[in-house]
Parts: sequence; structure tokens; C-alpha cells
Amino acid sequence: MTRRRFLSGSASVQAFRRLDQLTILARNQRFTETPVKMPGADKETDLSERIESFLSELKRCGSGAGSLRGSAETARETTALLRRITAQARWGNAGELMEIIRKEGRRMTAAQPSETTVGNMVRRVLKIIREEYARSRGSSEETDQQESLHKLLTSGGSSEDNFRQHFAHLKANVIEAINELLTELEGTTDNISMQALEHIHSNEVIMTIGRSRTVEAFLKDAARKRKFHVIVAECAPFCQGHEMATSLCKEDIETTVIPDAAIFAVMSRVNKVIIGTQTVLANGGLRAVNGTHTLALAAKHHSTPLIVCAPMFKLSPQFPNEEDTFHKFVSPHEVLPFTEGEILSKVNAHCPVFDYVPPELITLFISNIGGNAPSYIYRLMSELYHPEDHELYTGK
Amino acid sequence: MADSDGRQVVSINHSTEEDVKLQEVVQAKCEGKELTKEEKQRLRKEKKQHKKNKKDDRGPPEKEKEKEKASVLAPSKPATQSPAHKAAPVPVNASASESPVAAEKPAKSKAEQRAERRARQDTERASKQGKKEGGQQSASSKPKATPNELQPVKRLPEHIQVDDPAALKKLAKKLERQQVPLRSDYGYKVSLFSHLHQYSRKNPPTQQISIPATVIHPSIVRLGLQYSQGIIAGSNARSVALLHAFKQVIQDYSTPPNEELSRDLVNKLSPYISFLSQCRPLSASMGNAIKYIKKEISNIPSQCKEEEAKRRLQECIDSYINEKIILASEAISKYAIEKISDGDVILVYGCSSLVNHILCEAFEKQRKFRVIVVDSRPRLEGREALRRLVKKGIRCTYVLISALSYILPEVSKVFLGAHALLANGYVMSRVGTSQIALVAKAYNVPVLVCCETYKFCERVQTDSFESNELDDPDDLIVTRNGKTHLENWQTVKSLGLLNLVYDVTPPDFVDLVITDLGMIPCTSVPVVLRVKNVDQ
Repeated sequence: MTRRRFLSGSASVQAFRRLDQLTILARNQRFTETPVKMPGADKETDLSERIESFLSELKRCGSGAGSLRGSAETARETTALLRRITAQARWGNAGELMEIIRKEGRRMTAAQPSETTVGNMVRRVLKIIREEYARSRGSSEETDQQESLHKLLTSGGSSEDNFRQHFAHLKANVIEAINELLTELEGTTDNISMQALEHIHSNEVIMTIGRSRTVEAFLKDAARKRKFHVIVAECAPFCQGHEMATSLCKEDIETTVIPDAAIFAVMSRVNKVIIGTQTVLANGGLRAVNGTHTLALAAKHHSTPLIVCAPMFKLSPQFPNEEDTFHKFVSPHEVLPFTEGEILSKVNAHCPVFDYVPPELITLFISNIGGNAPSYIYRLMSELYHPEDHELYTGK
Repeated sequence: MADSDGRQVVSINHSTEEDVKLQEVVQAKCEGKELTKEEKQRLRKEKKQHKKNKKDDRGPPEKEKEKEKASVLAPSKPATQSPAHKAAPVPVNASASESPVAAEKPAKSKAEQRAERRARQDTERASKQGKKEGGQQSASSKPKATPNELQPVKRLPEHIQVDDPAALKKLAKKLERQQVPLRSDYGYKVSLFSHLHQYSRKNPPTQQISIPATVIHPSIVRLGLQYSQGIIAGSNARSVALLHAFKQVIQDYSTPPNEELSRDLVNKLSPYISFLSQCRPLSASMGNAIKYIKKEISNIPSQCKEEEAKRRLQECIDSYINEKIILASEAISKYAIEKISDGDVILVYGCSSLVNHILCEAFEKQRKFRVIVVDSRPRLEGREALRRLVKKGIRCTYVLISALSYILPEVSKVFLGAHALLANGYVMSRVGTSQIALVAKAYNVPVLVCCETYKFCERVQTDSFESNELDDPDDLIVTRNGKTHLENWQTVKSLGLLNLVYDVTPPDFVDLVITDLGMIPCTSVPVVLRVKNVDQ
């Protein structure tokens, strides 16, 4: 009440000023056609729109086993989105940023749980933030890691407070580090293909299953210098193997397509098995397209080496013991079509998409950082992700 | 029939020029004189003698040759014995009428050595024959052991020699002589399998046959078409259809004058068998059935009247089907049902008539179990099995073979059917069976193979490449979401499609084989074969 009486004299001036502002905004509205709101909120809605569209794309593309775009693309888009969030969202210190990213990360992984690269990229970015924060503070990250057990015992929750300090350059550093991550992502396929000539020799018979863009690039790179024969198992019911075969033939690679049932029959003539995967699990096992476990067992029986070409962004800190979340199923119509009629109602049909391959069956992992044995995967994981980020759902 | 005899005479003409008597007979034939039965018998004996001198590595197995020699030495033996053994086909899948063809391939370099060795053995055998009474079967089994260096190498069946142009030419000539159309291969063959035929279903072998077919019986033509189009599939079904067709042939057969039914009918069957193997390579069960029929035909005594002989043959065929297939499946069901307990989850693959029968029987005996049917592209035979089981009321689950690792932890037993059981213990069955056995072994699930004894064969094989069948490669093409990736695979130079039909499962993956003789381990197959041979 008192304020109004005090300003009554200049209220009209203020009103006119506000009117001016409104007309300016209205004029802007005519030109830009954005809803009238505060200028700072523009960035936020833009950001949330992008996040929403990304989420809806994720939800949509999980309908078939072969996603509409490869996991490399998903990883790149996720990272770009996270960079945008870092740049545009409102945060004061590293802890708040990590909260925001974790929240968005949870939403993204919930949209498509089987697409693990999304979660992996979120964890990578969280680790980047922690590193940059530690660097700004002056302490090195290695000592933190080494003493983690000691820290747990001696100084309980003291790590909690560590992320509350504000650093002016943190934003720029984090964005720069994310840019480096993006460059790394763009080069993964090439890095893997460069190693092809070390592993593939002339007159070899190589077997693969389904369609993996990494393996395709790998084989095509080797085919430029060497002549070999590829056998592709078609991987029913989606038959991605057919696409792989036609694509390999374009580079003049001798290709043969076999049905899944013939995998063991022809395995005796195969020299190497090279496969791609959807995810590399924390124990060194794989979550790969269905039929891969059979292929791995057949290779083991004939003592044929099994080589997995997987870039590092596919490494996920999950373990395979959660049976309900491990498998993903699609419509059984692919297996038993509706044209089968009356027996459909009396029969259960299953169409799982993924297979678990235990690490004992795998000989070698070829990734963008080189070749590794499956027993080394746990070490790589500790370099890429921070242990506290392994569970996005229970993050602080 | 004069025709078949004429063919034989012609072939002899190619191979031997020496015997004057033979020439006389040939001349008499050419002049149009009818040969009497006795003359024909003499002709046959002489032909055999020539063959004996000319033949080297390949040819009928030793036992047969020994019998032939024994018959030459002991003419008291009925002449009908030797052509019977001569005509019995050696390798299971080979067409039987290659014996005249075999005579065409002389290797004169070793002929003298062999003649000497044979002379030596003849004297040995003569002394042994003097001890025993005339031409017994057992006499031939003894000298079988002694001349080991004379062990003839088994003649390779034609259908795995496609990459050999000489073998192809021989086949073409033989088929021409028999007036059976030659079927041409289709499409690009994967180099690993260049030794096998690959036909297309769109080019049936009956295209080149004139209607009405003069040489081939119409029921055989129909059967061949049914085989090549896949209408009749499955080992038991094919054998039963074959035997029924032969019954029809025998019914319609009439012995030409001056011919013996036992000899002539066997020769009549040869072009039919060639035709059928052109339509689809013979299975092990079919081969054994053909061997049995030929033996039965040859064993018909010459004084038997035609009607009586025909009736006897029909009865033989009926009893064979009844014993070896129908009763055998009853016996196997009885054994197998002991192995099915309540609460079992049983995995089956594809459509095996025997396994389906077992499951239906078990269900009728009130066993509580559920079935998982595993299927594979491109044949998708599991759907047929699924229909039959669901119609019976059994609870079923259906998956494709790529989902095997997902479904196996639920399974308690695996029942598999077999196409043939090989002498080294390997199980030859539909492609994918070995995979199922492999993964089941990894999960420690018992694998039981059900197989009748008439499917046991003497071949050995260690992997799926040596002898197999290539199906139409176009079957692999599939249209999904409106896109057919492999549509023009023929135009793409480096692309090949491989559609295998069979594969072999090593015996260490198989825990038990259930046969009509009982439950045996995989490695006991040669024992059963030996026992069967001794019985016969």
C-alpha cells in the first residue's frame, strides 16, 4: 500500500516504460514469432525442447533390433546434447551441474533402457566434470582414486562437500573437455579400422553375424590390401546379415550368406570370427545380437579366435546378472506371423533381441585404444567412469 | 526285356573285343534272332568272366566278387545268385546301375597283376571249396580276409563328384542311355561346395521329359516331382512314398517273354532310381530300402509264376514298411516315454515325424510336459510340428534358432530326429541340429536322438562338407519392410548364398540314441550294422 502511494507520482512513468518494453517485445514477436516471455527463459525452453525431441527419438528407434541409427550416432548426439546442457543450463558450481546432468541422464536412459551408449556418455561427462573440478582445485585425480578405500574408511562423506566450490573457468574447461570427447567419438571407427591389417591376412575365411558398422568398416579397410572370404550369418528374424553382405560385396569382398542354422556346420572352415556388439559389460562379457552366443560356442569348439570390434563408448558398467533388465523383446509377430491363424492363441512365441556372451568365449577386444583381452576390461572401465556414477539412479 | 539286354551287350562291346563266342552272340542279336533263355544265361556268365579280368580298383565290394568267383568255380550254384549280388548297389547313395558303366573304365596297367593274383586265390579257394560242400556263403567270407591288398576302393557316389568333369560326362552318358533327363546346376556355387549339385526349384527335372514318359513309370515321375518341389520331405515320408511308388510299378509290371522277372525287374528299376536321384539326391533310408527291394526281387525263384511273384513282392514291401517304420516307431516311443517325466520341458527341432509321434504318445499316456519348438529359416519346418502338437493339445512355445541361448536354461531334455546315423557315430540330420546339440551340451542338458535302425548307413563323415545337399539358394531371399536386399544376388559377382540341407553332429554331443533295438550310445552304430549284416 505504502509503496504504491510513494510511487504514484512516477507510476505513470514506469507504466509508460513498461509499455515501451512491451511494444518492443511485441515488435520482436512479430518478427521472430516467439511467445512473449523473459529473455533469459528463451534458452531454457529451447534446451528442454531439444531434450524432449531427443527423448522421443530414442523411444521411437528401439522398435526393431537394428536401430534406425547406429550407436555411434546416438553417442555423438547425446554428447552434443550434454554439451548444450552444460552451456545453457543454470548452474553455479560443479555439484549443481552434475545434478542437472544426472537428472537428464536418468530421463534419457529411461526412454530407451537398451540403448546403453546414452548412459555411458552421461557417465563420461560426469567423470569429465569431476576431473575438471579436481584440476581447478589443484588436487590430482589419481591420488583421489588410489586412496578411495582409505578415504571411505577415514573421512566418511567428506567428498560430498567437495563439489560446492565455484570456479569461474569450470564451464569453459568442461565444454572444452566435452569437445575433445566428441572428437574422440568421431574418430573411433577409423581408429578401429586402422588395426584391420594386423589381424586379417590373405586367403582367410572370416565369419560374422548380423550387421555391425564397425565390423563393416574393419573388413572394408582390410579388403583394400588383402583378399579374403567372408561368411555372414543372416541373423533371423531381422536378417540384417543380408544388408551386410550386399554392402561388403560392393567392395568386391567374396561374401557368402548362410542361414543361422548352418553356423556350426561351416565353422570348421572358418579361420576367425569377427563380430560387433551392442554393449560390452563390466565383466568383459557382451550383450550382442541374438545368435552370437551360439556363434561363440561353435568358435570355442573349433578353437577359432573370436574377435570383438567395439569402440570404447560401448563399455558399460552394468553386470549381466539382472535377468529382467538384460533381455529386450520385440513383437513375436516377427517369429510367428499373424497369418498362422488359430495356433497363435495357443502358443507362446518369443523374440529376444540380445544374447549374453560370457567373457571366457572371447579372445580379443579391438577398440579405438587398441587391442585388449577381456580380463582387462575392468581396468579400462575405471579409467573411463567414476565408481560413484555407475548407478545413475542412486546418484547423489 | 530285349532292350536292357541289348544295352548290356552294347556296353560289353565297348569294353571287350576278345571273346569270339560273345561276338557270335552279338551277331546273332544284330541279325534279329531271338536269344533263348539259356543263351542269355551263358552270355551273362561270360560277361561276368570278362568283367572279372578287366575290372580293377572300383567295382562291387569284395564279398560280391568273391561270390562271383565262387559261382564260376561251382557252377552248381544257381545262376540267379550272382546277378543279384552284382546288382546290389554298393554305396548307399549311388545309383545302382553303374556296373555296366564300370566296365567301361579299364585300367589295363594293373590287369595282368590282378589276373595273376586272382589265379592264385582261385587255387586257394578251390582247395578250401573241396573241404566244404558246394558254394556256401561262408566260403566267400573266409577268403575275404586273406587278399587284403585286393580290397577294392569303394566307388564314390556320383552326387559328390560334381567338380570332376570326367564323372559328369559319365553321368551324362549313363542318363542318356537310360533316357533320363539331366538336370543342370543353378546359380553361383560357394567354392567350398563345388563338389555338390545345386538345383533350382523353378527348373524341375520333368521339363525335358516327353509326355507320356516312355521309359519312366508315371508314378515315379510324380514322386520325383514331389521330391524336387519339397512336397514330400522328411526321411520316413520319402522312403514310404518311394516304396508305395515301387509297389505301383511292380503292379503294372509284366514280364516280357524270354526274360526272368527277378533279373529284368531290377534292370527296370535302375532308370527310375537315376531319375529320382536327379530330382533329389537319395537319402540313406531310401538307399537301404532300394537295396532291400532289389535283394527281394533277386531272391524270387525262377520257377515262380508272375502273379505269385508280384504278390510276394508286394507283401515284402508292406512288411518292410510295417516292420522298419511303423512298428519301429512304436518300439521307440515305448523306450522314449520312459525318459519323459512329469514337469519336463522338452526341446525339439524342426519337424521329425518320429519325435512328434513320441510326444503325442507321451501326451496320451498322461505325462505332463511342455514342448519348445525351435525352428530355422529358410525351411521353417518347425511350424508344421507346432501345428501337429497344438492340435493334440500339448502346450508349446516357439522360437527361432537364434534365440536358443535364451530359451535353453528352461529346458530339461532335448529330443532330436535323425536323417541317418553314420558308421563312425556321427548323426546326420537337418542343418542346425548340431548347433542345438552344441549349445545343449554347454548348458548340460541331455540330448536324445531318436532313429530307426533302417536309417543306419555304412558311410563315414567327419564334417558337413564331405557329403551334403545344397538346396535352392533363392530360398534365403526374404522381403522385410518392403526391401529385399538379396533380390539380385545373381548379378553381384562376389555374393554367394548357401542353403545347406544336412549337417553332422559329433557323437560327444549326443547322450543317447533310442532305436527300435533299444537305447544305445552313439558309438554303437557299427555294432548294430554288423549284427544286421550277419542276420541277413
